[in-house]
Amino acid sequence: MKPGGFLADTTALTGRSLRHIARSPDTIITTALMPIAFLLMFVYVFGGAIHVGAKSYVGYLLPGIMVITIASGISYVGFRLFLDRQNGMFQRLHSMPIARSSALWAHVLTSLVSNLVSVAIVVVVAFLMGFRSGAGVLPWLEVVGILLLLTLALTWIAVIAGLLAKSADGVGGFAYPIVFLPFISSAFVPTRTMPGPVRVFAENQPVTSIVNTIRDLFTQQPVGSDIWVALAWCAGILVVSFMAAMRLYRRQIA
Amino acid sequence: MSDFSPLRERDAGLAIQVRGLEKAYKEVKVLRGVDFDVAQGTVFALLGSNGAGKTTVVNILSTLLRADAGLASVNGFDVVQQGSRVRESISLTGQFSAIDEILTGRENLELIARLRHLAGPGRVADALLARFSLADAAARRVATYSGGMRRRLDIAMSLIGDPPIVLLDEPTTGLDPQGRHEVWQTVKDLSRQGTTVLLTTQYLEEAEQLADRIGILHGGRIVVEGTLAELKRRLPPAKIEYVERQPTLEEVFLATIGDPLRSEPAGTDRD
Repeated sequence: MKPGGFLADTTALTGRSLRHIARSPDTIITTALMPIAFLLMFVYVFGGAIHVGAKSYVGYLLPGIMVITIASGISYVGFRLFLDRQNGMFQRLHSMPIARSSALWAHVLTSLVSNLVSVAIVVVVAFLMGFRSGAGVLPWLEVVGILLLLTLALTWIAVIAGLLAKSADGVGGFAYPIVFLPFISSAFVPTRTMPGPVRVFAENQPVTSIVNTIRDLFTQQPVGSDIWVALAWCAGILVVSFMAAMRLYRRQIA
Repeated sequence: MSDFSPLRERDAGLAIQVRGLEKAYKEVKVLRGVDFDVAQGTVFALLGSNGAGKTTVVNILSTLLRADAGLASVNGFDVVQQGSRVRESISLTGQFSAIDEILTGRENLELIARLRHLAGPGRVADALLARFSLADAAARRVATYSGGMRRRLDIAMSLIGDPPIVLLDEPTTGLDPQGRHEVWQTVKDLSRQGTTVLLTTQYLEEAEQLADRIGILHGGRIVVEGTLAELKRRLPPAKIEYVERQPTLEEVFLATIGDPLRSEPAGTDRD
């Protein structure tokens, strides 16, 4: 492999999988649909009975909905990876003189782009429902940064699922617990209303610190230590899932 | 096979050398000591029934799979120690078309040209589209292609970068007669240009048509290896006296691997 090969190969393969997304944008829209449904249901059905002490419930809800969007979007990475394994594309790539890990990175980078678009759609819907934030450019960039880091970390878990899956139906299953996690966090209601053990879990799982950080950034509150806890969670998940995925991948390609 | 010399560092004139290759999946020993050579610029057909281990051999040679024992070198490079040099020397066309359904024919070719770091991927793609009579379908998504067109595109993708050695794993399986003849013509053209071709097939006629030398893989070993004429001479003399026509390769095959299969020959080629 020539130096610089990894970048060139990853660029070429990312171009390919971005084309896939552009030609079937339904994956991006499908990803955004469920979170939007949650948004509508919680604001217009349950919202009247939920008192969180915030000015607008849609604004309170949005950070958690963003996390749900990403959690449901990453399963497409596993699916596309599974298809590449299944239809011989991986075989072709692995028998060519390319940087072999670029076959994974291309899907991972594509996941960052497609999830960012899905989240943007959800934010637009939230805006139409009355979400407003006085946050400036820098806090918004911080929000995007945290969400990208979260997407990256969760995408590598999806890569593991895609490499291990035996059937296309089996790929998506791993994502359900991750999609469900925001429900036992501060995403929908304050954790202080929860009974003891649930509250302990809710306050010490990654979604709560991520949601609290983004909420503080949107409402221009000081973020406190939550942001560091959130970043530590994301970085920790990223390192572990990346190393596990690469290890698995190396073992598979002999 | 005792007349094989041990694997030498860089045997001039040999594109592929395989010695004592063994591979088992769990309990099942698929390869039990496979030996063969492929001289540069020749076409070698690895002939065998389903499950004989042909794909396993191809996957080991293309560095997708690691053998349990034995040695294999491609273009003078060891498949384990010098995997990346091997990958620079070969192209693999797998048993199932490895093409991107969502991309167009041209985009598929351009993608591979980029991955091979060639200048002007567009030009490379256009040349191959013309050569494989796919120019009219170039802008269509591959999902709309016929089986023969897919196979042609698949092989065209493999030829990007002009690898000196081409591995074709069952290139005509599942193709109609016209598609099969198109692939045959491609292999003949490649051979004329001096490319070394290793192809696997279960079609005896295909091996007869294309190969300079044929190796029959059975029971995890190459049981017979030679030119078509040599293989035909292996039939028991008594048989030649009583059979009026020339023995076909199919008979050589059945005579070599023993009688049990005689009751249900690989009859798909009888037409």
